[in-house]
Amino acid sequence: MKHYLNTLYVTTQGAYLAKDGECVLVRVEGEDRLRLPIHGLGGIVCFGQVSCSPFLLGHCAENGVGVSFLTERGRFLARVQGPVSGNVLLRREQYRRADDPAASAAAARCLLTGKIANCRAVLLRTARDHEDKVNAGALRGAAERLADCGRRLDPGLPLDVLRGIEGEAGNAYFEVFDHLLTNQKEEFRFSVRSRRPPLDRINCLLSFLYALLAHDVRSALESVGLDPAVGFLHRDRPGRPGLALDLMEEFRPVLADRLALSLVNLGQVQARGFRVEENGAVRMDDDTRKAVLVAYQKRKQEEMRHPFLDEKAPLGLMPYLQALLFARWLRGDLDGYPPFLWR
Amino acid sequence: MYSEDGLLPLSALQHLLFCPRQCALIHVERQWEENRFTAEGRVAHEKVHEAGSETRGGRRIVSGLPLRSLRLGLSGQADVVEFEADGAPFPVEHKRGRAKEEDWDRVQLCAQALCLEEMTGRTVERGALFYGKTRRREDVVFDADLRRRTEETAARLHELVESGRTPPPEPSGRCRNCSLASVCLPGARRSVEPYLRKAFDE
Ligand code: SF4
Repeated sequence: MKHYLNTLYVTTQGAYLAKDGECVLVRVEGEDRLRLPIHGLGGIVCFGQVSCSPFLLGHCAENGVGVSFLTERGRFLARVQGPVSGNVLLRREQYRRADDPAASAAAARCLLTGKIANCRAVLLRTARDHEDKVNAGALRGAAERLADCGRRLDPGLPLDVLRGIEGEAGNAYFEVFDHLLTNQKEEFRFSVRSRRPPLDRINCLLSFLYALLAHDVRSALESVGLDPAVGFLHRDRPGRPGLALDLMEEFRPVLADRLALSLVNLGQVQARGFRVEENGAVRMDDDTRKAVLVAYQKRKQEEMRHPFLDEKAPLGLMPYLQALLFARWLRGDLDGYPPFLWR
Repeated sequence: MYSEDGLLPLSALQHLLFCPRQCALIHVERQWEENRFTAEGRVAHEKVHEAGSETRGGRRIVSGLPLRSLRLGLSGQADVVEFEADGAPFPVEHKRGRAKEEDWDRVQLCAQALCLEEMTGRTVERGALFYGKTRRREDVVFDADLRRRTEETAARLHELVESGRTPPPEPSGRCRNCSLASVCLPGARRSVEPYLRKAFDE
């Protein structure tokens, strides 16, 4: 099993990262704050005003460590990466299938199975664990609607029909999303998903977690030699990492939504950690962002059994395993793409 | 005859003999995962290659000698080649671990000999394998049988790489020592449909 590699998140404004032998050195205001061996790292994510020496970037590229630059609020800006890895034949196959409507629909169906099943699992899990605190009936009702959507994902359906089912499932899920909150319900009320900008605290939290997840999924795809830009469910649009977004779908409920909810429910983030601007846009403050990052890293270390491979691995490794399985489908080793099903 | 562009690494012969899928993962798909076994092998090799060249008792001992054969379509490096006083080459390959039941190591050594023959125009009759774990040296005679097997293996290697296809996994005891098991996923069931069908059960 591939080692589980950690991601270094740098949020301190003005921080400077340099290469120091085989280590990454983090310097703030002329003071050495942290030294980490590069061999234990899977990626570096820099938020806002953080700079890196070209030698460090080169060293990261050589060692397959992706470096991403995000705005302070987590919007993706750029990524530095070494020579494209893997094999051109695999990427050609990816493009061929993405161009073929039947093959795209087959992939989309598998991806949606994962997405819908995992959304449903989140609802059922909360209904079961917090029977007394939540409207369990509403959650079970929505879960039933999701199951119904899922069972309608028949082989051979064209993409537009699949997207219709996806939309229906998305509505059913987000309609009851607010019921998943057991604490700070007023402050973190969820009504609809808003992204640009997020217009309430829970959306702000979700957007930030999705940005972290996107970074991880994208790195996983690149490390197995797939092109993160060419998707199946998400069609090509310049600048959009289509396949990364595709593969993210099955992880959103498990790695991001559930984490956002538990941060609120356990009081690990507080309403006062967010600032609401005059125009309604919501931002997180530094301490909240740090708390979210720490929780995200911790969550990725939890071990679970991969339902298809029947092997134990940390949650953080699952995107990598899914990328491998996706490549194996393209290669013809598997007759479909088995999504990560969380239970 | 192959062109220089079409040469494949000598080491790929061993990968092919170990497992055709492993060979395709490395040489077609370019997946390479360094695990303990390969890392130790690499360190051992670096030591040998550092040695350079020296003369001992009338023999010149050359490390890290580049090799190629256009006939077999192979290129690579010999750990050590000893040149007798009369110029006859004698390849010596260092192996981590111990002698294997199978003749993979002999095939690889024989391929080196065939490269040396093509490059020097001299017949190479023998060579030796040196095993680090047991510190044993095994002399190898490049007889007609071993030569034929080596040529066949080289031809199969070219077929595999040119096909651009990765054969399906054949799970076996070897998978435990395979450096690419985590990429190969030999345990993945091949049919996904029943798995998808179960997603909305219960
Ligand atoms: S894991 Fe087994 S089947 Fe897969 S490449 Fe290795 S030896 Fe071959």
